[in-house]
Amino acid sequence: MLKGNHLWFRYGNQQPWIVKNRSLIVAPGEVLGLMAPSGYGKTTLGKLLAGYLSPTKGTVTIEGQLLPTKGYCPVQLVFQNPELSVNPRWRIRQILREGYSPDPAYLQALGVHSGWLNRYPHELSGGELQRIAIARVLNPSTQYLIADEMTAMLDANTQALIWQSVLSFVAKQQIGLVVISHEASLLQKLCDRTLRLADSPSLSRDSILKRKIPTI
Amino acid sequence: MLSISNLGVTFTQYNQGLRRKQLTVITDLDLDVQSGEVVAVVGASGSGKSLLAHALLGILPKNAAISGTMRFQGEMLTPKRCQSLRGKAIALIPQSVGYLDPLMKVGAQVQRVAQLTGCSKAEAKTGVDRTFTRYDLPMNVRDRYPFQLSGGMARRVLVSTAVVTKAQLVIADEPTPGLHPDVVKETLSHLRELATEGRGVILITHDIEAALQIADRVAVFYAGTTVEIAAARDFHSGNLRHPYTQALWRSLPQNEFMPVPGNQPSPEQLPTGCLFSDRCPWVSEICDAERPQLRKVREGWVRCVHAKG
Repeated sequence: MLKGNHLWFRYGNQQPWIVKNRSLIVAPGEVLGLMAPSGYGKTTLGKLLAGYLSPTKGTVTIEGQLLPTKGYCPVQLVFQNPELSVNPRWRIRQILREGYSPDPAYLQALGVHSGWLNRYPHELSGGELQRIAIARVLNPSTQYLIADEMTAMLDANTQALIWQSVLSFVAKQQIGLVVISHEASLLQKLCDRTLRLADSPSLSRDSILKRKIPTI
Repeated sequence: MLSISNLGVTFTQYNQGLRRKQLTVITDLDLDVQSGEVVAVVGASGSGKSLLAHALLGILPKNAAISGTMRFQGEMLTPKRCQSLRGKAIALIPQSVGYLDPLMKVGAQVQRVAQLTGCSKAEAKTGVDRTFTRYDLPMNVRDRYPFQLSGGMARRVLVSTAVVTKAQLVIADEPTPGLHPDVVKETLSHLRELATEGRGVILITHDIEAALQIADRVAVFYAGTTVEIAAARDFHSGNLRHPYTQALWRSLPQNEFMPVPGNQPSPEQLPTGCLFSDRCPWVSEICDAERPQLRKVREGWVRCVHAKG
């Protein structure tokens, strides 16, 4: 079980809370949807669960243990924009193999051409690069996967292709999947259950604006 | 108002040393837009949607060569004419506030756009007042910097940049991804309004769902070519002509969510025949022989020899 226990998060002592007392549990093999309007802290919650940020209060545990701080993290996060999650100076081959050599069957299912491997990230389109980012986390050491608007920038056919292979991996390896999306129909198709963060918005629009105005 | 036929865009690249290679990224692209109409352009990334916008605005890179014809209001669009029309008769609504000057207040930026089209300072000022009131942007928003806008406000400011001009043709490039459904709806209704005023609108998107909400017609691009131009109602009524359009429609999560396997052919290895032949369920020998021509079938246009009337 991946558990977020009473998670609170803010960027500094004087800053407003972005995540306020959220708890959630994902079981292995389960697909959980997460839906909320912008500004409700969905992405921050994803980052907390994957260990990109540490919660100000509360804990994230896997089978009762805190997330490891060294080595391959069993909770992996895939962002909306793949350009920001790869090293621009590495060739695709090196990016793919950073953690593990991916199974050629999955590369084929995701439609990764062998011709791409010698290129640099800027020589692939956004949709092509996102497949690389996904192939990279379909790794036997991944126990939980968090997909933050993973296919929002892709056309419908590519979106369906990618989810087909991710779902087959989830079922085969019995990993837990959290899908963060705005699209109700997509969540309905993919998820066993969907959580709506509609209650207690973490930030109102005004406080976003206040927070961003620089204090000089 | 706008008619594009057989547009081709070829890039010349240096392969190794001085050896050059030609990369054809757009082949036989056709599209026409009437005034008062929203035409959506949908397709996967790499299908040539954004390049079309760049060609219309005359901002393709120097190593690009254009073939075919583009006519705007009856006259040919030459690179020189593109340059004099862009921002005036043809305007772009960019994708995000990233395209605005981060160090300039938004009111001043929109006013500058109006002044660049030839308005005097006073006219530009009233123009900005009028558009900001029209889009419910309070007075104090004018003094904000782009990063201080919420997602919805940012969209309205970007629409304002096109509305203060007298542009007859407005191109909106991917205005909706990753936005909350309410903001998407609002942005789309603004685009529809522009068409109702008599302008022509090209909505470039990969989101068919969004496109169908406001478009009159939908052009589907695949690997740099127009495979189908259909009326928006054809999607729901199952009147689609091209196998790729049908596949795209079936793969939506609210429909069957069933994709066709495979990828768009890369521009380095375009097949000699139909560009969709390697993924097509209807493929036969004729498909590999030559590229199908765009032809009229059931009141729409399709580039497939198997489509039946």
